[in-house]
Formats: sequence, C-alpha cells, structure tokens
Amino acid sequence: MLDDFFIRALIAGIGISLVTGPLGCFVVWRRLSFFAGTLAHSALLGVTMALFFEINIAFSVFVISAVLAILLLQLQKKTNLPNDALLGLLAHSSLAVGLVVIGFLTSIRFDVMALLFGDILAVNQNDLLVIWLGGGLILIVLKLIWKPLFASTVNYELSEAEGMKPDKFNAIFTILTAALIAISIKIVGLLLITGMLIIPAATARNVSNNPKQMVIFSVIFGLISVLAGLFTSLKINSASGPSIITATLLLFILSLIKFKKVSDLKK
Amino acid sequence: MENKNKKILLKVENASYYINDKALIKEVSLEIKQGEIVTLIGPNGSGKSTTAKIALGIYKKIEGRVRRFTERIGYVPQKVSVDWTLPIRVIDFMSLTEDLKNDQINVALNLTGVDHLKNKSLSNLSGGEFQRVLIARAIAKKPELLVLDEPVQGVDFKGEIALYELIKKISEKLNCGILLISHDLHVVMSATDFVICLNGHVCCSGKPHSVVKDQKYKDLFGDKASNILSLYEHEHDHSHSADGSIDPKK
Repeated sequence: MLDDFFIRALIAGIGISLVTGPLGCFVVWRRLSFFAGTLAHSALLGVTMALFFEINIAFSVFVISAVLAILLLQLQKKTNLPNDALLGLLAHSSLAVGLVVIGFLTSIRFDVMALLFGDILAVNQNDLLVIWLGGGLILIVLKLIWKPLFASTVNYELSEAEGMKPDKFNAIFTILTAALIAISIKIVGLLLITGMLIIPAATARNVSNNPKQMVIFSVIFGLISVLAGLFTSLKINSASGPSIITATLLLFILSLIKFKKVSDLKK
Repeated sequence: MENKNKKILLKVENASYYINDKALIKEVSLEIKQGEIVTLIGPNGSGKSTTAKIALGIYKKIEGRVRRFTERIGYVPQKVSVDWTLPIRVIDFMSLTEDLKNDQINVALNLTGVDHLKNKSLSNLSGGEFQRVLIARAIAKKPELLVLDEPVQGVDFKGEIALYELIKKISEKLNCGILLISHDLHVVMSATDFVICLNGHVCCSGKPHSVVKDQKYKDLFGDKASNILSLYEHEHDHSHSADGSIDPKK
C-alpha cells in the first residue's frame, strides 16, 4: 500500500499536521510567525547545500535554519535594528543566496517549484521515516518542555523570577521550529510552511477559550486541511502545498462565522 | 521569636545596575529572612522595582552579588502584560509555574476573594480582579519567598486593607519572607519589620520607628510623613475578610 504515492502523501501530511498544530499555537502566541517564515526561506539554502554536498535534505535544512536562528540572536544583541528588519534581512538574503547557488548546480535536474510549493509525488518511504521519527521527537520534546515554555510565553519575567529558566526553553523551541520546517519542506513547500503553522492555530484561536483546547483544535483543523488539500490536489492536479493552505483558509473563514456567533451570544 | 535562628532567604550585596552607563540603582544591599517583611519605599524612579528584579535574577548583568537560598518563590510584578492572542483562563494561569491541585487553587482564590472568577478568561478581568488573581497565584504555591511589587494597585479601598492584612497573615502562616514594594506609607509603617528607603541608593533603613525619625526620610517624603506612625499604629481588635467585611474576632 505504501507504494502508492497518494497513500504516502497522506501519511506524510497527517504526520506533519500533528506537529504543526501544537508548534503553530506557540508561534502564534509568541508572535513568531515572521520568524518562522524567515527560517522557512532559509530552507532553500539548506536544500541547495544538501544537493551540493549530497547529504540528507532534512538534515541540511535543519542545520541551516538553526545557524540562522543563532545568527539572528547575535544580530539582535549587537545591532540597534528592529526585529522585523533583521528578520527580513535574513529571510531574503538567505533566499537570494540559495537561488544564486542553485544557478551553479546546472548538472543537477532540479524542480524549484516543487521546493517552493511542495510536491506530493516526491514523497518516498525515506521521507515518511524522517517525518514520523522527526515529528515524534519534536512532539516528545515539546511535551517535556511544555510547562516552562508556556510560562515564559505568558510572561517572561514571572517565569524567570520563579525559576523556570525561560531563555533555555525559548532556545529549545527555536530548534524545534527549525526541525519542523526541515521535515515538512517536501510536502508543503518553503513558501507555505508558515501558513501551515499559523492558519490552523489562528482558526483554533477563534473557537477556543483555553490553551489546551486551542492546541487540540489546531491539530484537528490541520488534519482536515491536509486531507482536503491532498484529495483536491489529486482530483484537479493542483500543487499540494497551495491546496492544503487554501483548505486552511476556508476553515479560517468558517471559524470567523462561528466566532461572530459566539461573541453575539456573549452580548 | 528569635530572629537569629531564622533561615536567610535572600541576600543582595552592593548591587548596582546600569543601563547605558546610567545607574538605576547603586550599591543596594538587603537581606530577607523567614517570616520577615522587608519593604522598599521611595519616590517614582528610585529603583524599587529594579531592586526587586535584581533580587529575583530577572536582571542579570549587575555589579555586586545576589544570592537566593530558596527556589520556592512567588512574584507579583508591578506590570503584567499578558498577550491576548493567548486564550487563558484564571485556572490555567494559577498553575503557570507549578502544578497545583484543584483545592489549592480554590483556597488561594478564595483568600483573595476571587474564587468566582476561576473559569473566566484572564482578558475579561478588571484591573483590580486581575491583581487579586496575581496575588492568589503567587501564594497558592506556598512560597518561601514572596516578592510583591505594588500588589494592591487598582484594588478598591476596602479590598486594599483586606489584602494587606492577608499578606501579613500569610507571612505568619507560611513563615515566608516577603519583599514588599509599596507607596502606601501607612501600611508600610504598620505592617513591616524592616524598611528600606531608596532613592537610587539606600537613603536610610531600619525598623519603621527609627526610619520615620530619620532626617533623610523626612527630606524625601516631607515632614508630614513622620506623623504616620502615631496615626496608624494601633492595636487590631478585629480582622477583615478578603471582601473587606469585618470579622469581629480573630
């Protein structure tokens, strides 16, 4: 059954949405969507590095994103530039460098579109292994650091004062985000992975009143979007990434209607 | 009650903190023991909150030395900005830094008079209600050291008195040390064991009786501030419950 490309894509997509749900909630809560986008942009450089040195793509993307995150921290300390400017600088320069390097790799047949928007045809059994093992590991770590990470998300000073060591857990969270981007590039594509992180979480925000609920809804919405997006992609031959993200958008719009009803009831 | 046998919880020695070469506080020292309430007073911008944050390890790049001898710390910051993109109820907030049992949460919320808000969203609370929740959260974990930075701001007058009495009661019941920052000189002088008067540096410090007589204190707060003790030092023959009503006998 795993021989069928569509079944493989489904298994991969389900694996990814299980991880983007909880991680996406933290990205939304901590206002890190632009940060996640920057890491995703740098993935292009990661992929070209992988091709160049003939190493595993997920591993290479992870390394480059992690390096970028460290670089960002250093720049934040040493310059007076605002955060969004630094993020923009890193996002677009790493994207540009990645594209320039691709130009040198003329010997390798390379589908840039698949990289940007995801390609379900490209998922092989090895990728499934990376997604489920990597994703499982990310979820386990997230579960372990949930309490201090959540505390520092709510209030940095409170968590620092009461011994929760927020800096340490913020750093771990950054690494988890980089890891997630690394494993999900193939399915969703680097331009759209941020959407997969943010939109289901944003949708969940509209219909939940406590953190756990938001995480659960966010996973559910992610799953529905992946299933709907992939089936659409199969039916009308659209790119998988954009189809999935379009599905998340439709759910978001639906949640707005529900949100309005709930707030009306409150009045 | 011998003071000598009590465990020291916090020791700040000659701490200075600079931002862009400007000293926010200079050579501040203080010590808090079990069951002791130490209060920081001083005008706006005198470095009270800064001192508290240094004591708590929030500001790390300091000169001098800070030692904490306990990890059980409860903190009520002066300002808390919780981001409302985060859906969070009072009950979720209560166990933010420590897992609490349901009845521990109930008891603490009951003490500060806000148990009815347990399932409400934090974003729907008024300023005073939120302040009561903050205090409840800090005491629910039964800390050894409580740091309260203007804990009753925005609380109504009746509640203010009740909350200060609650704080006093808690320090006795839990035998915890308290670092209190307050603008309310009345409270400070009647409820504290030790007063530190700050103005960038330690102006004067000591027992409330001696501080009010200090010329530096008078310079800082005016002559009227010295009369506070005679006005407010009185024996309590009753106590207040958290909603402000009077319980005739303790």
